[in-house]
Amino acid sequence: MKSTDNASEKKCMNTNTAECSNVSHYPSTDYIMPGHVACPGCGAVIAMKFALQALGPKTILVIPACCWAVVAGVHPQTSLKVPVLHTAFETSGAAASGVRAALDIKGDTETTVVAWAGDGGTFDIGFQSLSGACERNENFLYVCYDNEAYMNTGVQRSSATPYGARTTTTPGDAWKNRRKKNIIEALAAHRIPYAATANIAYPDDMIRKFKKAKNIQGTRFIHAYASCPTGWRVPSDQTVSIARLAVQTNFFPLYEVEDGIRYTINTHGDRPVSDYLKVQGRFKHLAEKDIQCIQGMVDDDWQLLQRKTI
Amino acid sequence: MKHVLEGSHAVSEAVRLARTQVISAYPITPQTHIVEALSEYCAEGIMDAKFICVESEHSAMAACIGAASAGVRTFTASSSHGLALMHELLHWAAGARLPIVMAEVNRALGPGWNIWMDQSDSLSQRDTGWIQLYCEDGQEVLDTTLQAYRLAEAVNLPVMVVLDAFFLSHTYEPVDVPDQDTVDSFLPALSPHIQLDLNHPNAIGQMAPPAFYMEMRHSIQQAMQSVPEHFHQVEETFAKIFDRQYGPVSAYKCDDADLIFVMAGTAASTCRQAVDDLRAAGKKVGVLKLKMFRPFPCLYVRKYLETAQKVMVLDRNCSFGIGGIFAQELRSALYLNKRRPAIYSYISGMGGRDITVDHFMEMFDRTQTADYPEDESIWIALNNA
Ligand SMILES: Cc1ncc(C[n+]2csc(CCOP(=O)(O)OP(=O)(O)O)c2C)c(N)n1
Ligand SMILES: [Mg+2]
Repeated sequence: MKSTDNASEKKCMNTNTAECSNVSHYPSTDYIMPGHVACPGCGAVIAMKFALQALGPKTILVIPACCWAVVAGVHPQTSLKVPVLHTAFETSGAAASGVRAALDIKGDTETTVVAWAGDGGTFDIGFQSLSGACERNENFLYVCYDNEAYMNTGVQRSSATPYGARTTTTPGDAWKNRRKKNIIEALAAHRIPYAATANIAYPDDMIRKFKKAKNIQGTRFIHAYASCPTGWRVPSDQTVSIARLAVQTNFFPLYEVEDGIRYTINTHGDRPVSDYLKVQGRFKHLAEKDIQCIQGMVDDDWQLLQRKTI
Repeated sequence: MKHVLEGSHAVSEAVRLARTQVISAYPITPQTHIVEALSEYCAEGIMDAKFICVESEHSAMAACIGAASAGVRTFTASSSHGLALMHELLHWAAGARLPIVMAEVNRALGPGWNIWMDQSDSLSQRDTGWIQLYCEDGQEVLDTTLQAYRLAEAVNLPVMVVLDAFFLSHTYEPVDVPDQDTVDSFLPALSPHIQLDLNHPNAIGQMAPPAFYMEMRHSIQQAMQSVPEHFHQVEETFAKIFDRQYGPVSAYKCDDADLIFVMAGTAASTCRQAVDDLRAAGKKVGVLKLKMFRPFPCLYVRKYLETAQKVMVLDRNCSFGIGGIFAQELRSALYLNKRRPAIYSYISGMGGRDITVDHFMEMFDRTQTADYPEDESIWIALNNA
């Protein structure tokens, strides 16, 4: 890692911390108990922390197979202060539909049902049941915490793994040479009322989006960027700074899509994508031309996104 | 009051009368009439229930699991490829101890595509932890579906009510459809043993390490072993109200029989005709119809079969590499018994092939003249045989 990169990240982090500490609207209650078994620096835990702070105690979680299925606690313990239905890998969209239907028939329309799945459980194996739920406009919030690979099973590629990344199934020179699936666009095409990206380095924005999503009827989708130091081969104290770089480089832009057509971009990045790639072990094999190629893809995507806001 | 109903509608009437709250299903022939009727009841407000039109059977079962975990009465129906697709979640539903009820219309699996009667689909789900109850006529379908809820909710295991494709699902018969008050007196509202609860945040179905997993599985086995006793109680209560009772097995002219036919489903009706004909010819023959397949009613089959010399099992299925599944189960149920009749295994009627009285006569003739059973199941009425 280059020292200049480190210095600039530190600067960003401090700026953001200063911003955050001023705000009194931060929810103070925590719904995750200490002693959970996530890896040090797990971005997915930070995502859950903010999500539950925004959503509050009247929340039921549906969690399929993923890292969070373990982090949420092993029998007979639980690390969460809200009820959790653990379910099979590919079923979040359908199982959450069932929970919602049951609550409705019992007259409980207040509780927020939240499906909380990884990128594999969302982009890949669970895509069918998610698509079905979106098409029916089921009244729940679906959160994909995206660590860009199958981390629970040891860092295998998913269709959320970005171009250029090494995983245990895209090893050596066979690093992933396909683009990441654009899940927000796929879901916007379902014309669900709300789809947004969020990032753990932007807690204000993230909490705002969860609160907003909570009060919308129908299927809501939040794509939460969740860095994974273990899988990405970065030091565990870089979780947040790397997450921030993802936004600052437009690698993971923050934006919202209402009813599948009204786009709002929340942040505008201006840094080169190499700032993001070079600090991560999973990209360290990339040659300059590969990085330029990725820069081209990011620029294309960014322009395409901007065109949609017009 | 008696109505002329097809078997499918005997199911949907029972599901309506059971005040089922969440239904989730995906269409597959020959299950469609069941879910079409229920969709209508939900749409017209005849049922106070939610119908979730999912995009697959896998999701249908997942939605039932979600709803049952939130503490309501659930239902789905499937068949063949749909049931096979659900397989993973059948384990999940039983493992989570959810009292889900499903109607399963026995149909063949492809290739070649075949929508007709065959037991391979339900029997392939033998080891998932679902109670399986096979039916013979429309009345039994309606009654068993109602009983299934009480049974499932008593032991916290899911129940599959199985009916033959077309021979039962699409056949019209007079069926007594009880009124709501009477059914309510038999089937009280669900009071779930465990459910998602905001006031007591809990985790359902979470990771279970080696120190706990085996005990959980042991408890499923214990619950299964308690099913015959619970089923007996459910049937006694049912009989007091409705004056009908079936038993986990039902014996016809078995008391003094030397040779006894065994099978499940509608073929039992045809077989009784064959037995009457054989009795008229002086042969001591009986029929034992199996209603309960999981748990396997070992004590009952021993009781009725141990005095026979030979047992002729009809399987409308084949476990490739060993043969008829009911025959295998009977062999293992009788092995520990002091008196063990020889088991003659016959396979026929797969993929919707008719089973006629003549076929039973052929099984009888072969069995009567044989000194001992062959290793392999004998296929009856094969075109090229
Ligand atoms: C049907 C099925 N196939 C495979 C698995 C194994 N499995 C469990 S978790 C997992 C990966 C999860 O990846 P993701 O959804 O991205 O969540 P993460 O572990 O990265 O948090 C896999 C492949 C499974 N549980 N079920
Ligand atoms: Mg992942």
